[in-house]
Amino acid sequence: MSEEIRAKASSAGSMLNNPRVRAILYQALLLFGLGYFFYSIVSNALNNMEARGIKSGFDFLFTASGFDILMTLVPYSATSTYGMTFVVGLLNTILVSIVGIFFATVLGFLIGVAYFSNNWLIKRLSVVYVETFRNIPLLLQVFFWYFAVLASLPSARESLSLGEVIFLNVRGLYLPDLVGGAGSSIVYGSIVVAIAAIVFLKKWAKKRQDDTGEQFPVALTSLGILLGLPLITLFIMGVPFTWDFPELKGFNFRGGITVIPELMALTIALSVYTGAFIAEAVRAGVQSVPHGQTEAARSIGLRENRIMSLIIVPQAMRVIVPLLNSEYQSLVKNSTLATAIGYPDLFTVFVGTSLNQTGQAIEIVFMTMAVYFVINMTISFLMNRFNASVALVERK
Amino acid sequence: MLKFSSLVAAGLAVGLSFGANAGTLEDVKKRGMLSCGVSTGLAGFSQKDEKGEWSGLDVDVCKAVAAAVLGDASKVQYKPLTAKERFTALQSGEIDILSRNTTWTHTRDTSLGLNFAGVNYYDGQGFMVSKKLGVKSALELDGAAACIQAGTTTELNLADYFRANGMKYTAVTFDTSDQTRAGFESGRCDVLTSDQSQLYAIRIGLKDPDSAMVLPEVISKEPLGPVVRQGDDEWFNIAKWSLVAMIEAEFLGVDSANAADMKDNGKPAQKRLLGTEGDAGEKLGLSADWAYNIVSQVGNYGESFERNVGMGSPLKIARGINEQWNKGGFLYSPPIR
Repeated sequence: MSEEIRAKASSAGSMLNNPRVRAILYQALLLFGLGYFFYSIVSNALNNMEARGIKSGFDFLFTASGFDILMTLVPYSATSTYGMTFVVGLLNTILVSIVGIFFATVLGFLIGVAYFSNNWLIKRLSVVYVETFRNIPLLLQVFFWYFAVLASLPSARESLSLGEVIFLNVRGLYLPDLVGGAGSSIVYGSIVVAIAAIVFLKKWAKKRQDDTGEQFPVALTSLGILLGLPLITLFIMGVPFTWDFPELKGFNFRGGITVIPELMALTIALSVYTGAFIAEAVRAGVQSVPHGQTEAARSIGLRENRIMSLIIVPQAMRVIVPLLNSEYQSLVKNSTLATAIGYPDLFTVFVGTSLNQTGQAIEIVFMTMAVYFVINMTISFLMNRFNASVALVERK
Repeated sequence: MLKFSSLVAAGLAVGLSFGANAGTLEDVKKRGMLSCGVSTGLAGFSQKDEKGEWSGLDVDVCKAVAAAVLGDASKVQYKPLTAKERFTALQSGEIDILSRNTTWTHTRDTSLGLNFAGVNYYDGQGFMVSKKLGVKSALELDGAAACIQAGTTTELNLADYFRANGMKYTAVTFDTSDQTRAGFESGRCDVLTSDQSQLYAIRIGLKDPDSAMVLPEVISKEPLGPVVRQGDDEWFNIAKWSLVAMIEAEFLGVDSANAADMKDNGKPAQKRLLGTEGDAGEKLGLSADWAYNIVSQVGNYGESFERNVGMGSPLKIARGINEQWNKGGFLYSPPIR
């Protein structure tokens, strides 16, 4: 009798003592707890908002916004919906991020490489640059470029001009716009074809070198294709382009392309600031390649520029790319400082103005967080792909 | 199990923290301080001096409520807020009352969970331009760039006005009143648009006030007033009647100088206001001398107006429509009885 009980008890105990069962049980409990946690937050918020008479839901996205936006990449007016406001803000954020990342990368690589210059002055300048811009708060730099530098430019009627086609004043930078007529799409198409041809040429040249050891002047030929093909097409099509020059009419310049000072200030600040960090990443990457590699390359007779492109850079990239990833992500997040100077990015027009006009804080903040999350996940994904392509390939 | 129960507890705690709704009066009394949302700095309405003391027409509403509830007009904690932050701060309970040149509109009253407790300044949107521009009317502004403060009714009115008149414009938005002024001064925009009262305040803040002029057009109605959270009627009444007390005091001829005397020797209506007759204070859940404290410590509406924005201030705004109804203005307070 007593043995039976003991056997039963031990079998029940063994169920609970079974590590698999216990693991699953705890996971299930945790999952349930988490689910309940979020459910209670959401339902409480909804209940309380309703009790207080605060509107909720996403209907506002389909109502007219009633305000205008300084810079829009797609057609937008006060009669457009809040949904369009979201799109306009999103595109402006993407624009400043891409331009910022481009210039930060160029600047960062130049400054980073300058550190290894044999010229004393250039090396020092690189150090001074990094230490200065890395150590000043970004918001202050944004204000500096906007309120100190760009705001002190002359007024529209006293614009600085370059050959009377490019104008710079306190309202922004005015560039002539290239307007394509009939047949312009064929010219654009020829540029795409040229790029494709270059990619193909590079692959072919590499294969040929691997097989025969003969080198092919890829750089020069590429340049020839890139310039030649579109130019020939351009003249065959009878130059289907006209210039739209900015002109001073009434209060402001009209026509051409306007680069607003808010965009300039933000792009400059973001590029200069992030460039300092990228320069450090580049320096770290190059320094991570042992000097013996250079010496070994010299001993087999490679020229200095080939040592750089074939030996140093491929190995340095393994260190640089993961660092670049986080710098790019920081740049995207830092672009929300746009709100301080009124550049109409997603944060300014959506979390700022739209939130204030509709009062729907939870929906708007949630949507905006989701956007930055998706943008940064995309950057991360692309950079990880790139990283995989430069990473050390080990024998399997 | 411990994990689970602590999670539930955390969930409940977060859930409950959304709750704390009614009972602003008790909260304020317990704290001994009124938390009042004001602007980040707007001459005449809410501004901080070198000593850190706040003053202005909107600040006086905060002071009046503190005087009515706590018996001391100085027991106010001021929270400077930008136009974009103000409603969230009130909804979330960070402040007890918002007195920050805020326009009473349908959307704000119906969908933000807020209640407007009356109007303490009748305003309208206007334009300020540089005299150099040679513009005499807002209708000559086609193609202009306009500096505005983000998240305001101004932004919407401006779009309406230019659209209605078939004109184009560029909207350059800034977060604070000071940044907007800086943008205008640097020439980023041709015209600065805001409520008229603010234009005068911004104009005297310019390096050279005479270089700018305010255009005659007024393109909107902007009734500005204090705001409280919806769903706490007791507190709503206190905010509403504190403002009424200031206006009513002026109407009845009670001011900070004669309030003590009127308390005992005044006419019935004056005595009812000052708490020596009737039970107006008790009905609000306050002491009998609630309005006496307001008038003796803050002054009546007329005193507050003259001191902050009127002839006794650098702004020198005329009473105009902000005069008592029997003197040609809009101020018509419901009687205290």
